[in-house]
Amino acid sequence: MHKFSGVDYYNIDSLLSEDELMIRDTVRDFVSAEIIPVIEKHNREGSFPIQVISKMGELGLFGTTLPQKYNCAELNNVSYGLVLQELERGDSGIRSFVSVQSSLVMYPIFTFGSEEQKDFWLPRLATGEKIGCFGLTEPDFGSNPGGMITKAQKVDGGYLLNGAKMWITNGTIANLAVVWAKLDGVVKGFLVEKGFKGFTAPEMKGKLSLRASVTSELIFDNVFIPDKNLLPKTTGLKNALMCLNQARFGIAWGVVGAMMACYDSALNYSKSRIQFSKPIAAYQMTQEKLVFMLTEITKAQLLNYQMGRLKDKGILKHTQVSMAKRNNCEKALEIAHIAREILGANGIIDEYPVMRHAANLEAVKTYEGTHEMHTLIIGEDITGFAAFD
Amino acid sequence: MKVAVCVSHVPDTATKVKIGQDEKHIDPAGVVFIINPYDEFAVEEALKTKEKFGGEVVAISVGNDNSKETLRKALAMGVDKGILLKTDKSLDSVGIAKALAEELKNQQFDIVFMGKQSVDYDDSIVGQLTSEFLGYSCISNAVYLNIEGQKVIAEREIEGGKEVVESELPVVITTQKGLNEPRYASLKGIMASKKKEILEKPIVETTNHTEVVKMRKPAAKQPGRIIGTDVSAVPELVKLLHEEAKVI
Ligand SMILES: Cc1cc2nc3c(=O)[nH]c(=O)nc-3n(C[C@H](O)[C@H](O)[C@H](O)COP(=O)(O)OP(=O)(O)OC[C@H]3O[C@@H](n4cnc5c(N)ncnc54)[C@H](O)[C@@H]3O)c2cc1C
Repeated sequence: MHKFSGVDYYNIDSLLSEDELMIRDTVRDFVSAEIIPVIEKHNREGSFPIQVISKMGELGLFGTTLPQKYNCAELNNVSYGLVLQELERGDSGIRSFVSVQSSLVMYPIFTFGSEEQKDFWLPRLATGEKIGCFGLTEPDFGSNPGGMITKAQKVDGGYLLNGAKMWITNGTIANLAVVWAKLDGVVKGFLVEKGFKGFTAPEMKGKLSLRASVTSELIFDNVFIPDKNLLPKTTGLKNALMCLNQARFGIAWGVVGAMMACYDSALNYSKSRIQFSKPIAAYQMTQEKLVFMLTEITKAQLLNYQMGRLKDKGILKHTQVSMAKRNNCEKALEIAHIAREILGANGIIDEYPVMRHAANLEAVKTYEGTHEMHTLIIGEDITGFAAFD
Repeated sequence: MKVAVCVSHVPDTATKVKIGQDEKHIDPAGVVFIINPYDEFAVEEALKTKEKFGGEVVAISVGNDNSKETLRKALAMGVDKGILLKTDKSLDSVGIAKALAEELKNQQFDIVFMGKQSVDYDDSIVGQLTSEFLGYSCISNAVYLNIEGQKVIAEREIEGGKEVVESELPVVITTQKGLNEPRYASLKGIMASKKKEILEKPIVETTNHTEVVKMRKPAAKQPGRIIGTDVSAVPELVKLLHEEAKVI
C-alpha cells in the first residue's frame, strides 16, 4: 500500500525543530499502524476504538503541553498542534477524543483546579486510565452558552446540581465530567464523577458525522457534588471560553490532517483512474481541483505555524485562533467535498477515507464555535461593533 | 546486565530508490532514512532485558553523521546512551562487524542485540561475524528469548518450523520479526532523548573484502496482457501458460 509521507509544498518542515519533526513522525506512524486499519470498522459500527486509549496514553498524547510533574510530555504548542494534525489524518473522532481530554479536561483542572485535584486527576488522565468530558452546551443553549440553565445550589458540605447538557463528546465513557453550571448566577466549573447519585450520561445515537466518537447527554437530577469537587479558581463563563480557545487551536491544526488525507487520496486516485484512455489527473479540471486543495492546505499550514509560534511566545489573541478555526474547518470541508468528486462513485464508499472525513468535518465546522460565531468574533474585533451579546 | 544494541540507518523500504551517477551507490536525494526495521526488534528486546535485570543499554551505529538520527530514535525509545562509530566510507559487512567488535570488546557487554539483517544491503551476516570477532556465542533469527542466570534459551526461525537452542552469556543475538512488538518512542521519551549523550568515535581502519562494482535495478516488469474476459479465453490462457510462460 502507498505510504503517507505528508504534504509539504512550501518546505514548511524546514521551519520545524528536530523535536517537532520527530514528534510529528512518531504520531504519523502511530496513526498509520493503529488507527487507519481499524477506523472504517468503527465508523460503520458507530463505536469509539476504546483499545487505542491506553496506547495513546503510553505515547503521551494526552495533556501534551502540561508539566512533566503530572506525567505529561511538556511540549510546546506547535508540537501539540502537530500531534492533533496527525491524529485527524486518521479520524476527526480520534482527534476529538484527544482535544477533549487535553484541552477541555486536563487544561481546566490544571488552570482552575486545587493542588489536590491536579495531583489526583492529571496523572490518571495523562495515561488514559481515566477519561474526561466537558459539559457546556445545553439543549437550548449552543452558540449562546451564557444562557445556560444548569444550576448548582450550595448545601451543607457541597452543592446540588440540576440540569442537562447535550452533545457532549466522550460523555458515556467518561469517568469525570467537567461541568459548567450557574452558582448564584455565576458560571463555575464542577468535577462530576461517574457514579455520583442522580448523574446519568446516555449516548446520543443516529449521528451521521463523527461516528467513531461517543456523543452523549449529561443529566443531573439533584446530584450532590462535594465541596472539594468545585474548580476553585473558576469565576465566570470566560473560564469555559478559555478552555474552548485551547481546543479551537487544536482543531485548526487537526483539520489540516483531514485535508491531507483527502488530498493524498484524491491525488493518488486521479493518477491511476483511467477514463477516455488517460488518467483523470491529466485533465485540466481535475488538476485545477488538486491545485486548489494543495494551495488551501499550504495556506492553512502557514496559518497554523504562525499561530503556534505566537502561542508559544504567549502573545496569541483569541480572535486569531477564531480565524484559523474558521478558515481551516471551512477549507477542510471544501477539500473533502472536492476529493469526493474526484473519486467519483468510489468517493462515497468507505474503502476510501474521503466521505468519512467529509461527514466528520460537518460537525467539526459546527462545534467549538460555529463558522458564523467565529465570523462575528473577528468582525467585532476589527469593527468594534458586537453583532451578538 | 550490560546490553548493547547495534542499529543501522537505512532507506525507508517504502521509498523508490534511484542509483547514483557512479553506479555504485544509491542517490540519497529525496530518500527518507529510517532505523532498520529488524533493529527495532533488537532495541525492544534490549529494553525489555534491562527492565527485567536492570543495567544499561547502549546503542551503537557505524556510519556518518546522518546515523545520529537513528541513534536518537533508539534513545527516544528508552536506550540510555548512543555511540556513533563515525566513518564516511562505505564498509562491507566484515568492516562493519570489525568496527562494532572493537568497540564492544572494550566495554564487555553481556548481550549484544542486532537485527537479523539490514534492509539496505541484506547481507544478513554482521551479527555472526561480530560474535566471531568478539569470541561470543551467537544465536541468529531469534523469535523467542528467555534469559536465566548465565543461560539463554531461544527459539530460532528455520525453514518450515522453529528450533529451540540454548547458549551461555556473553552472546550476540540477531532478532527476527515475531520476537516482540517494538514500542513507539513516547513524546516524553523524545524530549528526554535530547539530554542523552551520543558519543562520537573514529572506527578502526579496515580494508573491504568485497567491492561494489555496479548496482542495477531489476528489469522493468512487462505490461500485462488481457487474453479475454470470459470462459472462452481459458484454452488460450492454458496454452500460453504452457508454451510462453512455461509455468504449467
Ligand atoms: C459531534 C459534536 C460534539 C460536541 N461536543 C461537545 C462537547 O464535548 N462539549 C460541549 O459543551 N459541546 C459540544 N458540542 C456542541 C457544540 O459546541 C454546539 O453544537 C455548537 O456550539 C453550536 O451550538 P448549537 O448546535 O446549539 O447551534 P445553534 O447555536 O443553535 O446555532 C444554529 C445555527 O445558528 C447560527 N447562529 C447562532 N447564533 C447566531 C448569531 N448570533 N448570528 C448568526 N448566526 C447565529 C449558528 O452559527 C448555526 O449556524 C458538540 C457538538 C457536536 C455536533
